Amino acid sequence: MKKLISTPYLLWMAVFIIVPLIMVAYFAVTTADGAFTFDNLAAVSQYANIFVRSIYLAAIATVICLVIAYPLVMILARIDVSFQSTVLMIVMLPMWMNFLLRTYAWMTLLGNNGLINMLFGLFGLGPFRMLNTQGAVVLGMVYNYLPFMILPLYNVIVKIDKSVIDAAHDLGCNNAGTFVKVILPLSVPGVMSGITMVFVPAISTFIISRMLGGGSNLLIGDLIEMQFLGNSYNPNLGAAISLVLMVIILLIMTLLNQFDDDEDRVLM
Amino acid sequence: MSKNIVSLENIAVSFDGEKVLNNISLDIKDKEFVTLLGPSGCGKTTTLRTIGGFITPDSGSVKFDGKDITSLPPYKRNVNTVFQRYALFPHLNVFENIAFGLKVKKFSDKEIQRRVGEMLELVNLKGFEKRSTDRLSGGQQQRVAIARALVNEPKVLLLDEPLGALDLKLRKEMQIELKRMQQRLEITFVYVTHDQEEALTMSDTVVVMKDGDILQVGSPVDIYNEPKNAFVADFIGESNILSGLMVKDLLVEISGKRFECVDTGFGENVGVDVVIRPEDIKLTDEKDAELSGVVQSVTFKGVHYEMVIETYDHNWLVHSTKAAEPGSTVGITFDPYDIHIMNKMK
Ligand SMILES: Nc1ncnc2c1ncn2[C@@H]1O[C@H](COP(=O)(O)OP(=O)(O)O)[C@@H](O)[C@H]1O
Ligand SMILES: [Mg+2]
Repeated sequence: MKKLISTPYLLWMAVFIIVPLIMVAYFAVTTADGAFTFDNLAAVSQYANIFVRSIYLAAIATVICLVIAYPLVMILARIDVSFQSTVLMIVMLPMWMNFLLRTYAWMTLLGNNGLINMLFGLFGLGPFRMLNTQGAVVLGMVYNYLPFMILPLYNVIVKIDKSVIDAAHDLGCNNAGTFVKVILPLSVPGVMSGITMVFVPAISTFIISRMLGGGSNLLIGDLIEMQFLGNSYNPNLGAAISLVLMVIILLIMTLLNQFDDDEDRVLM
Repeated sequence: MSKNIVSLENIAVSFDGEKVLNNISLDIKDKEFVTLLGPSGCGKTTTLRTIGGFITPDSGSVKFDGKDITSLPPYKRNVNTVFQRYALFPHLNVFENIAFGLKVKKFSDKEIQRRVGEMLELVNLKGFEKRSTDRLSGGQQQRVAIARALVNEPKVLLLDEPLGALDLKLRKEMQIELKRMQQRLEITFVYVTHDQEEALTMSDTVVVMKDGDILQVGSPVDIYNEPKNAFVADFIGESNILSGLMVKDLLVEISGKRFECVDTGFGENVGVDVVIRPEDIKLTDEKDAELSGVVQSVTFKGVHYEMVIETYDHNWLVHSTKAAEPGSTVGITFDPYDIHIMNKMK
């Protein structure tokens, strides 16, 4: 009976998850004519620098999101419950705006003749080159993905039992000790899913890097897009790059989870 | 006479403008088992949290060993708490939970091993060191919570309804075990419960609370035998509480009949509350008694029968080892010293 009920979902998963994955893998190891080859995968290595840049920028953006979101959520969890949802909504508000529009807005803000440089100009400073830099790409990532860090963190931290915090105080911990020994370890699941939710879309983004990074800060996402829609049309290479990216993300996430398991013990 | 370890002086606490504790004062003696007893919402937890330092009172002071600690945070007080819902650390196993306080205080690993080992033995949890706390039964979690507090060797242990979630049999066992621990370790216990039987069996001193006030402080025997008012009498045990008239010293009128009693000093013709315990009532033949009524119900309670006798103005609760015939008319008698007279509650 149970089996019967789950059939549509299994079917769904097969059609929309398993089959596409197999197709990506298939394209990655074949030529345009359908012959088996490792050439595509081998060719990926020549883009190593782009992979490194993508991981590097996505990692920085993720860390910045975490550093901004964690204290924000800690404060949020302490204020009046009725007020919490209002603040959360304000945090989410930019998400309701179209992704492209949001990123465009930053272009006009950061440009050499943009609003920020205009303000600097009033004080006789600048203009500073802000657009088409790695910093602008990271800024775009943080701005777009910050809510994905805040939400899972909030969900976990707001559920930490207040009496457990009382217990830590009772057993001799001051506020800092309570944070390190109790709140931080208990929030690890939220930190982990926040990191995943920010890092994964950040590492594979192409709009942000295209619009804010200029031509010199290509990311993997741009590379893949070029293979499918761009002038260097080569779906087989695109599939190979995607496959390698997936494996890299999987490895990083596994590594991170490993680290998180150890962390608990170190902290205690 | 031992010294006071904790003194509350005129403590007032309010939440959202609502007064929860009305200037209460209480002295707790060293090495004593003190129980705060009262119905839910009367302020027991609030009192306990004030002693623990989790609540700063609006006014009044908390003294510990003679020193004022009113504004001292919990982590600087030589007091530990067993919380109402245990509040074990979910990310730590049994050993780590118990060792928490010692690690904070930077004890050596060897000392921690020794002390936690001792505690595990005391609470009968040897072999559970590595267990995660969510794979423990309620009783076991309870004992981890107790061990986690006691391992710090506090001068005072605060316990907030620690046995509330346990089933009856386990509760009885833990009551005995807790009392034994308290006597062996010679630590002051401040224990919160709404269960009068628990309070009477475990405590050296019972503090009866209602609506943020302390109504009476005394030994279990005192509280039971000499309740200060009808509320205490009723809360301490099922009782017959009647409105009466103190005609003069040693004479009280109940249900229109006059009875000799042993109380004096209430004045003449003053309205009073009269309490007569169900086990102090003897049923007799109708014609041998001033009061008589019809037996409404008879329930077997194991050791005794519980009966309800209806007179013209009151349903009397009676406990007796002999059952009366339901529907029959019986006489109700009691001795003068079993009549407890108390001032009417405001
Ligand atoms: N944090 C709080 N905020 C608002 N009201 C509270 C809070 N804690 C307790 N109260 C109120 O104070 C009163 C006493 O509570 P409490 O001390 O927990 O009672 P008890 O432990 O005797 O059941 C109750 O009416 C309760 O609703
Ligand atoms: Mg309570």
